[in-house]
Amino acid sequence: MSLEPRQRIQKAIESSEGPALVAFLTAGFPAPKRFLDDLRTIAEVADAVEIGVPFSDPMADGVTIQRSSRAAIEQGVTLRWILDELARRDFELGAPVLLMSYLNPLLALGYESLASRAVEAGVDGFIVPDLPYEESEPLKSALDARGLALVQLVTPATPRERLRALTAASSGFVYAVTRTGTTGAGGLPAELADYLGAVKAASDIPVCAGFGVRERAHVELIGRHVDGVIVGSALVEVLERGEDPAAFLRSLRASA
Amino acid sequence: MEIQREERERLLKELLAGRFPDAAGRFGPFGGRYVPETLMAAVTRLEEGVRTTLRSPEFERQLAAELRDWVGRPTALTHAPELGRRWGAEVYLKREDLAHTGAHKINNAIGQALLAKQLGAKRIVAETGAGQHGVASAAACARVGLPCTVYMGAVDVARQAPNVDRMRRLGATVVAVESGDQTLRAAIDEAIRDWVSDPEGTYYLIGSAIGPHPYPYLVRELQAVIGREARAQLLERGGLPDAVFACVGGGSNAIGLFHAFLGDRDVRLIGVEAGGRGTALGDHSATLSAGRPGVLHGNYSMLLYDDDGLIHETHSVSAGLDYPGVGPEHAFLKAIGRVDYVTASDDEALAALDECCEAEGILPALESSHALAGAKRWAKENPGARILVGLSGRGDKDMPILAQYPSRKENRDVA
Ligand SMILES: Cc1ncc(COP(=O)(O)O)c(C=O)c1O
Repeated sequence: MSLEPRQRIQKAIESSEGPALVAFLTAGFPAPKRFLDDLRTIAEVADAVEIGVPFSDPMADGVTIQRSSRAAIEQGVTLRWILDELARRDFELGAPVLLMSYLNPLLALGYESLASRAVEAGVDGFIVPDLPYEESEPLKSALDARGLALVQLVTPATPRERLRALTAASSGFVYAVTRTGTTGAGGLPAELADYLGAVKAASDIPVCAGFGVRERAHVELIGRHVDGVIVGSALVEVLERGEDPAAFLRSLRASA
Repeated sequence: MEIQREERERLLKELLAGRFPDAAGRFGPFGGRYVPETLMAAVTRLEEGVRTTLRSPEFERQLAAELRDWVGRPTALTHAPELGRRWGAEVYLKREDLAHTGAHKINNAIGQALLAKQLGAKRIVAETGAGQHGVASAAACARVGLPCTVYMGAVDVARQAPNVDRMRRLGATVVAVESGDQTLRAAIDEAIRDWVSDPEGTYYLIGSAIGPHPYPYLVRELQAVIGREARAQLLERGGLPDAVFACVGGGSNAIGLFHAFLGDRDVRLIGVEAGGRGTALGDHSATLSAGRPGVLHGNYSMLLYDDDGLIHETHSVSAGLDYPGVGPEHAFLKAIGRVDYVTASDDEALAALDECCEAEGILPALESSHALAGAKRWAKENPGARILVGLSGRGDKDMPILAQYPSRKENRDVA
């Protein structure tokens, strides 16, 4: 029997040798016509891919993703465009894909239509940074009905007694934000081990950690505690500079 | 959002009984807490702090003393006989322009600054559009002894220059926001980014009845003093009004003025939004009149966005109304039909500003001038009515903009 989309994500993370690599790119950045090629290349190296849906008010993002989002919007990239592009592709992706979107574009499309179009486009799940657990029920039930994942985020500011509820509500994997703040800034906090250990202990599904991951040392450090690492702004900057995303991702993965 | 008639009645009764916001922070379908997980603990702590502190006798005493001795409350209720003569109405102005720092924003700023201090905050961040909330926050932070950083869109920094200097003089750090639309919306995005970076030590002093729960409730409670005073002052001077007008940006002065009158079923309540220079998306900031339900800056409310869910840029001659969202309680009051929302254009507001100067010797803020313009139009259609207008602030800050629009008097001088 074929796996549900959310199970596909979980299995992809679990079956990675060493820490799984989850790669983020802003859809259509730096150029819309490169989107499918970049995605294909990245999905060959990464274990899962997050496609950023550009939003006008990316309030949880730092300067890199603010810049890439704005550039993508200016070139006409929208949620509908992304779903259309994904649906028209004539190749299989080497990894499951998730859309990372602020809530309003999803609301504007309508949750039912979103879920059915996501399935048609081969999307496996969603990450919604401005949708906390308490408000997530309407979207979650629309996605659940199609076996799509809604990945829950936890952060160092999440009270320990709250962790269990969040990890239990998550599907695909749990997204452990490494530190308070926006995406992009480099460096990992000193108390990382304790925090990631607590998230891992509270979760029945894989945990991937992101925010501030830029180099192999970060991957190795995080990989000691959880199942995967998420690399976002650093990869967007690689694409922005016109460098090879696959080579960058491999450099993160290669064991020393 | 359509709500059936009987359902509207029931919801209004529940609102009057104090049941909104409910435990989920909602006014009917509107409101909630759409914030990143990093901020959930902070908004939950704030909710708890509001519950235990806001109604404590010690806090109430402290706030009342600051409102009286430092803000200068109660503010006057001014009879406006010449405006009344011109409009064919009995006109009263609630003079928030006379409050310390020149607008209603101070009622909220001092209340939240006292609360932040009590809750152990180390620093304050705030956003500002017109600069009035920035000035109020800078002053309130100086008063309670907390460092203050104010985010202000680069466009607004240019068009409200006098207020930037006032904030700095009052000790605040002013950050010009170059991202996004460079107005109030981008300033809020940036204030939230700052808050996300230090949700424990930083207190976000939001400037309108917007944001995640409990802010819309907290700001309404702190601004409700406007309507309580105005209602008592009117009762002393002949009775309740037929209609009450307030301008609506995020909606704090309007909710503050309206709240005391919600139970007075014969009093029409009318919010005036910025109609800008036209009805196309992007030419106005008339969220309630032209928007759809959506999520921005932490709450589900009416919002101006395009078919792809991207928040749309707005326009208004007044920086304080130039915002694509609106407080969730206003969305609710519109849905249940208790408050009507209309628009006034840039030109109508500018004309109303001149008329108020000439007729009553009061220079109103451009924001407040929208309320005057809405009231004037209604007065002409309802002759002989008794009208209360919320004069939310003074217009000194608007002098750089007004320089582009010579007053009628100057036109006469030239002629
Ligand atoms: C004088 C004045 N009135 C009204 C407003 C609009 O805000 P609100 O709708 O929250 O009252 C502002 C905002 O800056 C203002 O400065």
